[in-house]
Amino acid sequence: MLHIPCPYCGPRDETEFHYGSEAHVAYPENSSNLTDEEWAKFVFIRSNPKGWMAERWVHSAGCRRWFNVWRNTINHEFGPSYKPFTQQPKSPA
Amino acid sequence: MANMTRRRTVELPDHPDFLWVADQKPKKAYDVIIIGAGGHGLATAYYLAKNHGITNVAVIEKGWLAGGNMGRNTTIIRSNYLWDESAGIYDHSLKLWENLEEEVGYEMFFSQRGVMTLAHSVSDVRSKQRNFYANHVNAVDSVWLTPEEVKEIAPIVNISEDIRYPVMGATFQPRGGIAKHDWVAWGYAKAAADMGVDIIQNCEVTGFKIVDGKVQGVKTTQGDIAANKVGMVAAGHTSVLAGMAGFDVPLQSRPLQALVSELNEQVLDTVIMSGAVHVYVSQAHKGELVMGAGTDSYNSYAQRGGFHVIEHQLAAACELFPIFERAHLLRTWGGIVDIAPDASPIIGLTPVENLFINSGWGTGGFKATPGSGWVMAATIANGEPDALAKPYALDRFISGHLIDEHGAAGVAH
Ligand SMILES: Cc1cc2nc3c(=O)[nH]c(=O)nc-3n(C[C@H](O)[C@H](O)[C@H](O)COP(=O)(O)OP(=O)(O)OC[C@H]3O[C@@H](n4cnc5c(N)ncnc54)[C@H](O)[C@@H]3O)c2cc1C
Ligand SMILES: [Zn+2]
Repeated sequence: MLHIPCPYCGPRDETEFHYGSEAHVAYPENSSNLTDEEWAKFVFIRSNPKGWMAERWVHSAGCRRWFNVWRNTINHEFGPSYKPFTQQPKSPA
Repeated sequence: MANMTRRRTVELPDHPDFLWVADQKPKKAYDVIIIGAGGHGLATAYYLAKNHGITNVAVIEKGWLAGGNMGRNTTIIRSNYLWDESAGIYDHSLKLWENLEEEVGYEMFFSQRGVMTLAHSVSDVRSKQRNFYANHVNAVDSVWLTPEEVKEIAPIVNISEDIRYPVMGATFQPRGGIAKHDWVAWGYAKAAADMGVDIIQNCEVTGFKIVDGKVQGVKTTQGDIAANKVGMVAAGHTSVLAGMAGFDVPLQSRPLQALVSELNEQVLDTVIMSGAVHVYVSQAHKGELVMGAGTDSYNSYAQRGGFHVIEHQLAAACELFPIFERAHLLRTWGGIVDIAPDASPIIGLTPVENLFINSGWGTGGFKATPGSGWVMAATIANGEPDALAKPYALDRFISGHLIDEHGAAGVAH
């Protein structure tokens, strides 16, 4: 089981969390002018790196807050976690 | 209905040992290179040779033959999906399974013992019945069972109304079943190799040679290899390969786990799935109970997941099958599955000319091994999508023609 570092509560068991996939996916600007290709990219394409990934989790059975964290998809090692709307720490890579 | 197991007592044939002696070196050039010696890559090579006479083919594998999901899955085979496009490709595949051992000349322990999918609530019953009627429209065999009929086929199921999620009915596909996955891979590999296909293990593709938007070959840990056409059949690693070729795919790689018990007396001669409580089970030929459930929630390439997921499926299994309480867990493992937004595969052309893709089979591609290889071979040979593969093109995510099997399948095996 993952031991996930909530930036509000500290490390807690994975079963207290839900996954939110890739972090920092912004809603497109000029959304009324987007082509179908651009919409497809926003709706369906998420990065799927083998290595460090910035992702979102929600501490649903704890503080119930969303946050971001760096995690390595090769060995499940965690890097720094950080609150939304704060400066993103550098990738540990 | 009760005795539909084709029980085998045959002597096992010798394996074609030379296939996993990892010393076959690649030639300088091939007509077609297939990346990935899982079931789908091997089947693609087999049908390229068998159906299209293209034998100057290499299957390039970074690890060993069927060491990916092909050797890790729980081998459930069925074709009773919801949508027409799915009925097309999965039932074509099931028809191929029905003659495969004879055709390939290799024992695969294909056993049409039926696949039962339980319903546990009123809405579950409604959606399963919708599926059952859709199967009839598509001429896919499907039976609706009452709880008593479930019990008749599988006496170990607890159909009491007092359990947390009582059994309220089930769909049943009599032609569904299981096969022995590694033997399927070896059978395809041997038959392909007999027709001249090279199977190169311990050889990782690390890049593509692309000139003017057209693929010319691959870079590998054993040097550059030229090819007129390349097929990516890399399951959980498809995003990594597509990245090397310079395009995006709507896939996420997630761990999917399974487990086996110690050997037991035969207690179950069909396959039982339950999407609502997240467990499915069959009993393999030697007597071990084979079980699995849903994926772990996060992206991963680690081929393992959390034990709480195993505990969750065992809790459901013990309530549905009380005699399992005394079975001992022998082994758990995980594979990395490539999941598309609509839980359907992605097959066809890519933005790079002569580079083809076959991926997105996620948690449920073993059953499709023959059909997937068949349509992929035709797509590569003809340079345009096979009719059954056409709806599965990458551009459906732009056109919006999704083939949404998520809700339809529950536990999507
Ligand atoms: C636990 C589990 C249970 C499952 N249960 C079922 C089930 O009951 N029924 C069902 O229908 N399906 C099931 N599946 C899904 C099924 O196993 C997959 O959909 C299917 O095996 C994928 O196709 P494949 O066999 O070609 O994949 P794989 O066997 O994973 O083949 C892909 C190959 O590509 C190779 N590769 C990747 N990158 C490179 C590279 N750069 N260079 C060279 N080689 C590379 C990999 O090493 C791998 O061998 C299950 C999967 C898992 C993990
Ligand atoms: Zn918290």
